Amino acid sequence: MKLLFERSVPGCGCTILPACDVPLVELDAAKREQALHLPEVSENEISRHYTELAKETHGVNDGSYPLGSCTMKYNPKINEVAAALPGFTKIHPLQPDHTAQGCLEVLQTAEKLLCEITGMDRMTFQPAAGAHGEFTGLLLIKAYHDHRGDTKRTKIIVPDSAHGTNPASAVMAGYQVINIPSRADGCVDLEVLRAAVGEDTAGLMLTNPNTVGLFDKNILEITRIIHEAGGLNYYDGANLNAVMGLVRPGDMGFDVIHLNLHKTFSTPHGGGGPGSGPVGCKAFLQDYLPETGAQSIGRVKAFHGNFLVVVKALNYILMLGREGILQASQNAVLNANYLRKKLSGVYDMAYDETCMHEFVMSLEQEKHEESVSALDVAKALLDYGIHPPTMYFPLIVHEALMVEPTETESKENLDELIRAFLEIHEKAKTDPEYIRSAPHTTTIKRLDEVAAARNPKLRYEF
Amino acid sequence: MNFPKELKYSKSHEWVKEEADGTALIGLTDYAQNELGDLVFVNLPQEGDSLAAGEAFADVESVKAVSDVFSPVSGVVAEVNEELADAPELMNKDPYGAWLIRAGEITGTEELLDAEAYEAFAKEQE
Amino acid sequence: MGNFISTTEQQQKEMLQEAGYDSFDALFAGVPEGVYQKDGVNIPEGLSELETERRMEVLAGKNQIFPHIFRGAGAYNHYIPAIVRTVVAKEDFLTAYTPYQAEISQGNLQAIFEFQTMICELTGMDVANASVYDGATAAAESIFMCRERKRMKALVSATTPPQVLETMQTYCYGRGAELCVVPEKDGVTDLEALASMLDEGVACMYLQQPNFYGILEDAKRIGELVHEKGAKFVMGGNPIAMAVIRTPGECGADVAVGEGQPLGMPLGFGGPYLGFMAATKDMMRKLPGRIVGETVDSEGQRGFVLTLQAREQHIRREKASSNICSNQALCALTASVYLAAMGAKGVQEAAMQCTSKAHYLQKELEQAGFHLVYDKPFFHEFVTDTPVDAELLMKQLEQHGYLGGLVLSGGRILWCTTEMNTKQEMDELVRLGKEAANR
Repeated sequence: MKLLFERSVPGCGCTILPACDVPLVELDAAKREQALHLPEVSENEISRHYTELAKETHGVNDGSYPLGSCTMKYNPKINEVAAALPGFTKIHPLQPDHTAQGCLEVLQTAEKLLCEITGMDRMTFQPAAGAHGEFTGLLLIKAYHDHRGDTKRTKIIVPDSAHGTNPASAVMAGYQVINIPSRADGCVDLEVLRAAVGEDTAGLMLTNPNTVGLFDKNILEITRIIHEAGGLNYYDGANLNAVMGLVRPGDMGFDVIHLNLHKTFSTPHGGGGPGSGPVGCKAFLQDYLPETGAQSIGRVKAFHGNFLVVVKALNYILMLGREGILQASQNAVLNANYLRKKLSGVYDMAYDETCMHEFVMSLEQEKHEESVSALDVAKALLDYGIHPPTMYFPLIVHEALMVEPTETESKENLDELIRAFLEIHEKAKTDPEYIRSAPHTTTIKRLDEVAAARNPKLRYEF
Repeated sequence: MNFPKELKYSKSHEWVKEEADGTALIGLTDYAQNELGDLVFVNLPQEGDSLAAGEAFADVESVKAVSDVFSPVSGVVAEVNEELADAPELMNKDPYGAWLIRAGEITGTEELLDAEAYEAFAKEQE
Repeated sequence: MGNFISTTEQQQKEMLQEAGYDSFDALFAGVPEGVYQKDGVNIPEGLSELETERRMEVLAGKNQIFPHIFRGAGAYNHYIPAIVRTVVAKEDFLTAYTPYQAEISQGNLQAIFEFQTMICELTGMDVANASVYDGATAAAESIFMCRERKRMKALVSATTPPQVLETMQTYCYGRGAELCVVPEKDGVTDLEALASMLDEGVACMYLQQPNFYGILEDAKRIGELVHEKGAKFVMGGNPIAMAVIRTPGECGADVAVGEGQPLGMPLGFGGPYLGFMAATKDMMRKLPGRIVGETVDSEGQRGFVLTLQAREQHIRREKASSNICSNQALCALTASVYLAAMGAKGVQEAAMQCTSKAHYLQKELEQAGFHLVYDKPFFHEFVTDTPVDAELLMKQLEQHGYLGGLVLSGGRILWCTTEMNTKQEMDELVRLGKEAANR
């Protein structure tokens, strides 16, 4: 595919702006001297260029997308319609409140509904994504301890099965990370946790269901251990799609939570963003939220967060309502268990018991016997027009493939997914080289990532 | 796999070459580079940084992983192999030529293995 | 009521059975009693699509849309070409995840590579990342690119927009980093104060150009001062202005960041916007977030991948320099399409119109008794005092569909114009101002 710059023809362009209707003023300051290379392309060329790029981009609308931990569910089109209403898009963030009552009502309504769904008391929409929410939520914990003069609490406990953002966020919030090993079934080892807590414990970061897709049955005991040690519990909301409407993090003993509106609440991922990572908290932490007052941690982003993304999520929640939210998580869990059941026996399940919205398979045996790795199976799925599962995560499972089908896939799609997985497994035995060299039907084949990292070429040179 | 006789080895897979002037060159073993795969970058310390035996002084990156490199000696970084910054692949191609640092003012050394013992240790790891 | 499930109740029953469960409840048997809400949570019943749309239209209708906007202060009302809106609405771009599977994400990856190139061009820097949340978080992240063992303190000019400065302060609170504000003098950074604050412990100095008051500072001189003391120079900036003013690269910046919203993103009550980050080649590996690089596939064809990933949190975990995961890919795409549609000439024309209109409005307002507070070169924003109560004036303008400038402390007003403002509406604004003054 040509780069936009390679489509450039000097003299081409679009007619966008009218002539200036006031006298031209020369800039009274140092001017740019270097040339500005931007493409010179007609609107037709731009349109075709991006149509070509779109064809080479796999989205949820192109096919199954069972990417574990990412909740690639269908993105309802009405979300987009709502977020494109001029009454939202044309509102300046610094308009006086009385002229932006609709926007404020959107935020207030979304806060009320999401607090009810999560069992929290207050919520901020400033964080732009999950990791940003983690950072914000941890600062609430930090402010809580700081305001009590409890400054010796310098450590955050993170299980080794956690998302990589958890430890990275804890460090950004000024904490030392205590990694604790998980039990063989991926759940928290209570004895290890008891030994890890102390007067220096600021809190625990946990996702439940955890990253191997299991609901930690000891959750109430876990959060109690932390509370008794004087720490607070942080809930990573990445996996809320398994239990929304059925289990409220607030009822499990969590004090702070972030949500990923672009995952659980169907606003699209946009190829990597924009997302929205609102942070909810119990009432005793509300004074520390951004945009509150003297005790606030301060703002974590300009203005009010990714507002138009919140509009989409609100739209989704209003449409689903109590019943729809419940059905979404029930079917997310059903679809995952249906897949798991159909694949177990052929693929090794890391934990072959009832899973929540996702499950993890291990390709360790195939790697050993046929030299076919998790990566190879993932690449082979590309030839079926299926986006592969998350690879090599969680770190506690070797050769992991993490599968999250979501509730919006049809039974036919799930059966097709099963068929593809089984065929690949069979082929790995009869013709492993074919799987190792997959994909075969995509326009681009496996890319040389080593060369890309050793000699980074990060821009087009004119 | 290659285990030169004149070198000493740590259990965390670094090699040490003791020089006549009392300094020592430190690098990654053939076994280590093979396990890590194609290396794409190395984060080196600065001259004058202190070294503590058993603690990380650098890290190496492959495409999808990062690994610490531990110092087998206590002392000071006397010299850094700047060449590796532009050519990390040397650690794969010539592990015993591609030294990372020269350690000086050495005050202590971890218990090190000779080539034979390290070879046996490396085999055990597989 | 609404849901987007693609199986029938009958199919669900069969699937439950095939998976070995007799009910949905059986799937959740592991959830402890007491926390399991069998019948769901207490929120209203769902709505149909039509009802939902009506509800959202009512909400949108409660906002006042200003046909005439003279307020900026970090969010700017520019024209958005039609092609921008249609390209970013393409479902494949909209519904894809981060392009970790390069073979089926070449479109997305190439779009980011093109974006990185355009940001390098605008800023005059060597390398750029795939974007971060917004200009304020980009500024905050830049501090942590510059800190070294012996240089841990960051300086920031008091002329930085408050929402950017406050975000930097919050990030510094997190890591316990020291952030010192360099005072302003006559609307610009106080160079004497800066010189006295630059010591061996300073990691970097952040300057926004144009600054909060719209003024173009002597950035090159500030960069020289900062470099003389061995610290890094970080410049924040407006991407439209960068098309015509001396670029961060030309000013000697080590890192350049900014708010990309002017490049085709609607005001949207503050977001989603776009943070861009660029740096010199030396600082490349310090850039946070995703970066796309060019390489070849097994058949030798050109292709693109996410690269330098070992910097990032999913690999480096607690040793990562940032926790950032998501970027603002769709907003980066928006900016790319905007820049392609406008072209260099178009962006420079927009910049020139911004400046010309701001100067026209400033002169007209001056005659109406709104005096320029700082006699300094400005881009498309400027501060005046006012002969009437500023808040009262805003209320009166509002009634005529005018969103006036932002009221600052001491009754001063920060005005903004873009290519969207016509001479006719500026004349009307001045007339309304005069009317208010004479009342």
